[in-house]
Amino acid sequence: MTDPDHRSEARLYLAGFGLALTLTLIPFGLVHWRLMQGRALAITIAVLAVAQIVVHLRYFLHINLSRQKREDLQLILFTVLLLAIMAFGTLWIMGNLATRM
Amino acid sequence: MSTPNLHPGLNLGTRHGAAHEGAETIVFGFWIFLMSDLVIFGLVFASYLTVANPMGMAGGPGPADAFDLRSVFIQTMILLTSSLTFGFATLAMRHEHGRKTIAVWLGASLLLGLGFLVMELRDFAHMIEVGAVPQRSGFWSAFWGLVPLHGLHVTIGCLWIVVMLVQMAVLGLIPVVKTRLLRLGLFWHFLDLIWVAIFSIVYLGGLMP
Repeated sequence: MTDPDHRSEARLYLAGFGLALTLTLIPFGLVHWRLMQGRALAITIAVLAVAQIVVHLRYFLHINLSRQKREDLQLILFTVLLLAIMAFGTLWIMGNLATRM
Repeated sequence: MSTPNLHPGLNLGTRHGAAHEGAETIVFGFWIFLMSDLVIFGLVFASYLTVANPMGMAGGPGPADAFDLRSVFIQTMILLTSSLTFGFATLAMRHEHGRKTIAVWLGASLLLGLGFLVMELRDFAHMIEVGAVPQRSGFWSAFWGLVPLHGLHVTIGCLWIVVMLVQMAVLGLIPVVKTRLLRLGLFWHFLDLIWVAIFSIVYLGGLMP
């Protein structure tokens, strides 16, 4: 069991940087040159943002699902669950109130 | 095949001995802090989204009046590059390339972080000029609660880099300095991750046609 050498690990960082750069350039380009609009653009930006967050987690924060210790993964997933309940709950309730006003 | 990780994030590796073993609980604790910070950011995002509409803007300036897409793009590039340079700093530490190499990459990250802050402060000054101040509307209250909160984190990150540069020079690369640098790296990458959400939701979402 030997650790990968510096060169291959640096290459992984560069790969992550390249992917993140691409996923940044696309939505900025779409908005700057007004290539899309409305709901389709909003969904595209959201999907690209989630993809870029996954790239950051994978290449920069080294979240690797297969080699994690169990409690670390549970911590992250539980936080995301709590956040999803609280954030989507907020948006749901406030959105509902707005339509009733 | 590499050795199994003790904690999420880049590990020091077994050649670092006690520093690597000790990092397991220390870095796990730091992840708990990061996750609580994530909850704070997530809820500030949620409150921003509830007022990011014409009603929330209360007839005041909107995103198109106050945001500058070009400046936000440059800030995004700066922060993304700083994530790469910080990654190289952590790799230099993991592969024992010496204090000088680590300090050079840390210094590059620090300069990029400061550049980001300068650009962001210029944007904020422009917003104040056009009347997009917190007391103008619920929308601007939420904006000023969210984006400067990230900027404050970057400021603290920059201060932390300065502290670590001093500690590296004075104490050398002792185990505690190594694990502090690991945690600072996680913090720095985490801030870049939050920025992805900020430029997507606040800036691109606000300026989209």
